[in-house]
Amino acid sequence: MRINISFMLNGSEVVVEVEGHHRLIDVLRDQLGLTGTKEGCGKGECGACSVLVDGRAVNACLYPALEAEGRSVTTIEGLRGPNNELSTVQQAFVDQGAIQCGFCTPGMIMSAKALLDSNPDPTEEEIRSALLGNLCRCTGYVQIVEAVRQAAVQLRDKP
Amino acid sequence: MTDFHYIGKETKRPAGPDKAAGKAHYIHDLVRPGMLFGKIKFSEHPHAHIKNIDISRAERLPGVKAVITAYNTPELRIGFLRDNFALKKDKVRQYRDEVAAVAATDPETAEEAIRLITVEYEPLPGIFSPHDALKDGAPLVHETDARGRARSDNVLPLRFHHESGDLEVGRSAASHSAEGEFSTPLVQQCCMGTAGCIAEFSMSNNLTIWAKTQIPFLAQRDFNRALSDMGLGGRNTRVIVPTLGGGFGSGLDTHTYEYIAILLAFQTGRPVKIVYTRDEEFAFLSPRQSTHTRIIQGCDSEGRLTFRHVEVLQDNGAYTSWGATYPSVMMLPATSLYRVPNVYFDSKLVYTNNTYCQAMRGYGNPELTWALESNMDELAGEAGIDPADFRMINCNEPGETTPMGLKVSTCGLKECLESVAEKLDWKKKHGKGKRRGVGMASLMHVGGSGRIYRSDASGLIIKLDDFGNANVYYGGIEMGQGLHTFLTQAVAEALGIRPENVIINPTDTGTCPWDVGTHASRGAFMAGNTAILAAEKLRRRIFEFAEELFPKEVAKNIKKLQKKDPDFKAPDFDVAAAAKRDRFELKDGFIFIKDAPAEGYMRVELGRLLRAIHFRNQGQMLTADVFYDPPNELPDFEKGYGNISATYAYGAQGAEVEVDTETGEVEIIRMAAAHDVGKVLNPQTLKGQIYGALAQGVGYALYEEIQSHEGRILNPDFRDYKIPGTLDMNFPIDLEFIETDDEYGPFGSKGVGEPGLVPTAPAIANAIYDAVGVRVHDLPITPEKILAALNKK
Ligand code: FES
Ligand code: FES
Repeated sequence: MRINISFMLNGSEVVVEVEGHHRLIDVLRDQLGLTGTKEGCGKGECGACSVLVDGRAVNACLYPALEAEGRSVTTIEGLRGPNNELSTVQQAFVDQGAIQCGFCTPGMIMSAKALLDSNPDPTEEEIRSALLGNLCRCTGYVQIVEAVRQAAVQLRDKP
Repeated sequence: MTDFHYIGKETKRPAGPDKAAGKAHYIHDLVRPGMLFGKIKFSEHPHAHIKNIDISRAERLPGVKAVITAYNTPELRIGFLRDNFALKKDKVRQYRDEVAAVAATDPETAEEAIRLITVEYEPLPGIFSPHDALKDGAPLVHETDARGRARSDNVLPLRFHHESGDLEVGRSAASHSAEGEFSTPLVQQCCMGTAGCIAEFSMSNNLTIWAKTQIPFLAQRDFNRALSDMGLGGRNTRVIVPTLGGGFGSGLDTHTYEYIAILLAFQTGRPVKIVYTRDEEFAFLSPRQSTHTRIIQGCDSEGRLTFRHVEVLQDNGAYTSWGATYPSVMMLPATSLYRVPNVYFDSKLVYTNNTYCQAMRGYGNPELTWALESNMDELAGEAGIDPADFRMINCNEPGETTPMGLKVSTCGLKECLESVAEKLDWKKKHGKGKRRGVGMASLMHVGGSGRIYRSDASGLIIKLDDFGNANVYYGGIEMGQGLHTFLTQAVAEALGIRPENVIINPTDTGTCPWDVGTHASRGAFMAGNTAILAAEKLRRRIFEFAEELFPKEVAKNIKKLQKKDPDFKAPDFDVAAAAKRDRFELKDGFIFIKDAPAEGYMRVELGRLLRAIHFRNQGQMLTADVFYDPPNELPDFEKGYGNISATYAYGAQGAEVEVDTETGEVEIIRMAAAHDVGKVLNPQTLKGQIYGALAQGVGYALYEEIQSHEGRILNPDFRDYKIPGTLDMNFPIDLEFIETDDEYGPFGSKGVGEPGLVPTAPAIANAIYDAVGVRVHDLPITPEKILAALNKK
């Protein structure tokens, strides 16, 4: 059975027709063409699909599409500012060399954003714990942690 | 060259912002008009005769456009021994054998169709260990070879062997010796972006394939051969490489799923996409090969190595891919890590009904170094010498030629060992026991490409445009390691333009010159050398044209200034007379005469000069193409001799660990790493390479292992196959780069893509031994194995 749902996506309202078994990631990638959200495992084990739902980081590969009804969803596409400007967290990942193949990056950035939104001054332990569900095979995480630290400092200093 | 503008600086990754914005396009994100989705039906037995395949129900499912098996498609043999087939006929030899495939309008229908295919099997006895495969009367995995000749055993016809000096002399000269048997498991590359492709035919039957590959040109050759086997001889393949979600060796061969997509695309006349799910990737993509190594080494009373005897047994799995040729790399450390005069190396490779194997970062080197560097500590213990001192006594030196004939141009191993010992506070910490310990291990690896094909070359084209941009076409693969970052720096440095004016074009066999592939840590080495050669060609041509055109442009500059300021006086410098090709310089995108007054109007922007060259009668556009084959040799692998690489990378890593003797858990307190990289090209990407590889080394040491029972993979997901996460890597890594300024490396550098994971596992194992006095010989070093060893003690 197909059902219409509506939710806020990156600040604008969208209406989509979904089936009960559809996952949020299917709606984002296949129906709405937002391919920035990646699928690395489809089982909630890698975090590549992390998006924000009402400000909380969730795995879009496990999140039922129907559940999005009436909520606010933010994906990596929603972080970019006008005129192709990267957000502070995104820019920090670029600056610190926290990106290699980049497949984990959108999910990593979304988890980092969720952390910094709720904890503007995280310790290294808190950063590592917040990113526990996000696997990266390329970087060994050192530069990712540095990027989140840079973003934290810059966001705090922002007027 | 020492005065670098961009080399050694932290130039940013060109695709970084796109990747951060979710705008980079991986195979998963690509769509073609009319595209179908392919899905494969894999075997339900590890070894069985195929009695019957019923595809009728799948064919009737609405949305299904093709159902193929080996019985309704041309036979496509694949692999360098041609012992594998895209689809299997008569017999399956492993759980991942492809018995049928479908193409459908959407993924769900394709999956449903696969479920509707039924296959009748007659199970056969299987072999699941290389030792069993060697037993008399073991069932044959392959009854015949690729040419149809009967086989009598499971041993592959591949010989990698080396003997030098006289082992008996070495044995009798030894005052101490140590023998050990070591093994390494199957390990998955675990690219975060799984494997996949899209295949599409034009009406002229030329194929375009978007492939997750590290070898676009060898893949083109393989696919062209498949086209010919499909009756499309003379037709051509174009391989386009999208953004790669990691490589780590997984893209060094062509894959069965690619041939299946090609068959489906041809049959349906529509683009067909196959992308593996994570479970499929774990179960059906070729992992790192498992190995068993027996090693004996001896040294004299001074601690000098007198001999080394190494025998390797490898489980090839059911078919042959590049895993089979690991011994070609294993023989490097076996013969040449440390100075050892008498060496024996032999390897044996056998078929089993397990999954077959492929390349992974390090390619046999981590496997062999695991045995070698663990055994070095065992021998040091026998000889009563501190393991750090023992390594120093036997350390390689620049200028030596090793028993394998490797010519060591530069070697920073000694400095690396010293650095690691200092960072670990070795003298104070080693040998104290009490559940805390330190350990170290060294590595050597190819650092100047590695000749394993007749050609070890890479081509590169630079096309200058009217705006002073260098458009680069290069066949090497950016898979996250930072190849395009360095290529940008190298072109900017060597040509004399700004990095933002270097545009790296997508990798495409239709536009890029031939390249053997991105393996053997050769990416930066080859990209740099080709960039330097191409830039030289362009500079020569630019300066030739400048003799005539540069003075005219400067005259225009002066005229403009005089118009603005009638009092302006040009200096007394005869530009026309000085405009000689060898007196020009190009830097940061401006051309000038080296000894001319350093005034703005005495410089001409490159784009302006290029436009002057272009827009005149019989004008010219400047393009340079080069093809570089490095100065190395294709070794005779049966004799184990030949200088396989233009230069060699060295390094050492050390670990401090704490072992919980109640649980067997190992906690890494910190790690130290020192790598001879020749020259640091970009500190940030270089650190990223070592940190990332070291993390893979930690996983290899402590937990990564594909578990299987009678050929069936038991842990095909990240819950049961653990790779390091943020908390597993929560310890400081003290990293140092040793610069040896190699004469063959571009700007003095050596390849470093693989070395970072080579010595990690033995360094950790040696630290565990130092902490609690037990040695685990079989990777991974799990808590259970440590407890078992402690209980035995
Ligand atoms: S794809 Fe959702 S957690 Fe891996
Ligand atoms: S950058 Fe490749 S997986 Fe993280």
